[in-house]
Amino acid sequence: MSVQSNVEVRTEWGIVSARQAGRNLAKEIGFSSVDQARITTAISELARNIYLYAEKGEIIIEAVEEIHSTGVKHGIKITAKDKGPGIKNIRQVMEDGFTTSGGLGAGLPGVKRLMDEFDIDSVAGEGTEITTIKWNS
Amino acid sequence: MADSFSLMQEQYAKILQTYLQEKNEIGLYHAQQFSKKVLENQISPEEVVSLHLDAIEKFFPDLPQGARDSFEFLLEVMMGYGMAYREHQSLRDKQKELETEINVAANMQQTFLPKEIPSVDSLDVGVISVPASKMSGDYYHFVKDENNCIGVAIADIIGKGVPAALCMSMIKYAMDSLPEQRLQPGALLENLNRVVEQNVASNMFITMMYGSYDPRVHHFYYSGAGHEPGFYYNYKTDSFEELYAKGLVLGITRDTTFREYHKKVEPGDFIVLLSDGVTECRTDEGFIEREELTRFIHQYKHLPAQEIVNNVFYQLEKLQGFQLRDDFSLIILRRKV
Repeated sequence: MSVQSNVEVRTEWGIVSARQAGRNLAKEIGFSSVDQARITTAISELARNIYLYAEKGEIIIEAVEEIHSTGVKHGIKITAKDKGPGIKNIRQVMEDGFTTSGGLGAGLPGVKRLMDEFDIDSVAGEGTEITTIKWNS
Repeated sequence: MADSFSLMQEQYAKILQTYLQEKNEIGLYHAQQFSKKVLENQISPEEVVSLHLDAIEKFFPDLPQGARDSFEFLLEVMMGYGMAYREHQSLRDKQKELETEINVAANMQQTFLPKEIPSVDSLDVGVISVPASKMSGDYYHFVKDENNCIGVAIADIIGKGVPAALCMSMIKYAMDSLPEQRLQPGALLENLNRVVEQNVASNMFITMMYGSYDPRVHHFYYSGAGHEPGFYYNYKTDSFEELYAKGLVLGITRDTTFREYHKKVEPGDFIVLLSDGVTECRTDEGFIEREELTRFIHQYKHLPAQEIVNNVFYQLEKLQGFQLRDDFSLIILRRKV
């Protein structure tokens, strides 16, 4: 199983490559086609944010696992990193309906709902790092 | 109780198979019923596509690869709907939360209004106050002093809903903190005006009419701050006249003075105080005329004051198709014979 892929995002091609890398790994882990579509949609949204607001950054895709008493849980972890302008008011962008897209479910709250775990760190003027995980149930 | 996803899968396969075999309306009816179930179980659109693909793969094991791939494509197209659907659910939950909060606030606001109307032998009083939405921007207040004089206030905050309600609660506290001894209406409004001027944003306005009824001499003293004029019903001539008090809206300038008016009230006469929600009652043909309002009041004048206001409210509510556009308050004070 591939350990980690880093995809640079500075054009729309980068978005497509990140999706491809995410889909390949999701398939390998054994996600259903619905979950694959969810994971790639989340990657798309994160990569588009980089492309639109930070100009460049990277998407890191890796397999993760968690050991439970009942067995091993497999998942996929997406990290989106950029050194763009950062987000001044994180609480605001995490609110439904805030995104400039007119709030049709897109944006960061949409990504959070598609995935199982979501974490965001952003410093205005320095950049943003978003980490999100989907577990294969 | 939510059904498990696998149970839904099974059901879908079953009703789809029946439909494919019999191709009749009942099969489609089952599909429609199933769509309700899907919503009940909060299954998003992309999952429905996947349900469908799973089912037809079972029925047609040699489904052409192109057809199968096209479902992957459809799945991707449905993702946007899926995200919008989840956002909708989350917004709906948030709305419920807000509604609960507003209900609590509205209950709290009700406690600001007088629990009972003070009674004196010579006066018959009726009050009705109904908010257009849950919270009201109208306010009324009654007070009885040691000489049995009845003070009555009616106020209207321009605007409605939550902002008006917040402002209304301030008026309530301002009235409560006025000096114990009875103030003349003009002096009372001057006091309140200072409080409003200091505490309320300059884009909020409050109109008020304050009156004091002295049952010892049957005089009604009143002053107004830009408030909708009331009516005075003269029993002897069986006619209405306007109860108007000139004065600036509260909160505009600090040193406003308010002129005091007075009326000698004869047996059977009554005073009508109202908020602009009563006269700005809109029907399909436009605002109702003030004459129409007095006609309604006249129609019920033989009834006790409380029943007059109840009936007038019902008639006006009916005229508007039972939809209030503004907060509605109506008070009647009648000198008993």
